[in-house]
Amino acid sequence: MSNELIDFVIVSVALLAIGIYGLSVKRNFIRMLFAVEIIINAANLNLVAFARFLPHSGGQTFALFSIAIAAAEVAVGLALIIVAYRMYKNIDVADFRSLKG
Amino acid sequence: MVDTFFLAFAVLTIVSAIAALEMRSLIYGGIALMGTLGGIAGFFILLDSPFVALFQIAVYVGSIAVLILFTIMLVKRELIFQKKEDPKRRYAGIGLMLIIMISLGALIFNSGLSSITTEEPPVDYREIGKDFLTYYWPALVVMALVLSSSITGAMVLARRHDGVEDEQRTD
Repeated sequence: MSNELIDFVIVSVALLAIGIYGLSVKRNFIRMLFAVEIIINAANLNLVAFARFLPHSGGQTFALFSIAIAAAEVAVGLALIIVAYRMYKNIDVADFRSLKG
Repeated sequence: MVDTFFLAFAVLTIVSAIAALEMRSLIYGGIALMGTLGGIAGFFILLDSPFVALFQIAVYVGSIAVLILFTIMLVKRELIFQKKEDPKRRYAGIGLMLIIMISLGALIFNSGLSSITTEEPPVDYREIGKDFLTYYWPALVVMALVLSSSITGAMVLARRHDGVEDEQRTD
């Protein structure tokens, strides 16, 4: 195997930074969900990379759990988007006034 | 040294992650997100974890991306192309991204990670199945409950209540 652990970790850091940029700048609910997905995938990449280089099966198992939970999170997030769109006719988070305390 | 496949997957993943956030149309953004998720699946294959890669393709590229595309199509056409952003906030976000990249990158380059390589054979995927059914079985049961309850919750949330929509706009 010619790739080293640090290459995968660097790609993961780049994806994490892009995801944080998206979460902090974008105001569109769906784009914020994209950013969350990118961050979760960066975490999964890290888990599987460390599991390969240890080597230990725990990292892969944990990545599988993480993928399944992320699927549940996306389903609930998209249902929330549909409800918010029905209430406000918009998907801009700045318009979701009743979510502000 | 990295190989060609690694470079190709890295470019695909990072460029399509940026495209997913910056494309003007949300639909093209969703398709670019599929590229990112597929690139991650490619990394999993490079890491000798074919089972996780197949799971990633089946769950993320196959179902989540399609779910996102259908939700985008439910939204009005003008909202799909709308892009309202504060320029100041955008520059602050780019600065934050660069700070995170540079500081975490420097931290990782200076740590002992750069010397780690492995010659050992990869983990057999049969071990994952054994792990799931022996050591992690309570977590597997809890995960099944979480998945079913969240899908039920999503269906209850997205259900259409007839006649309620008009009075909700009375803000």
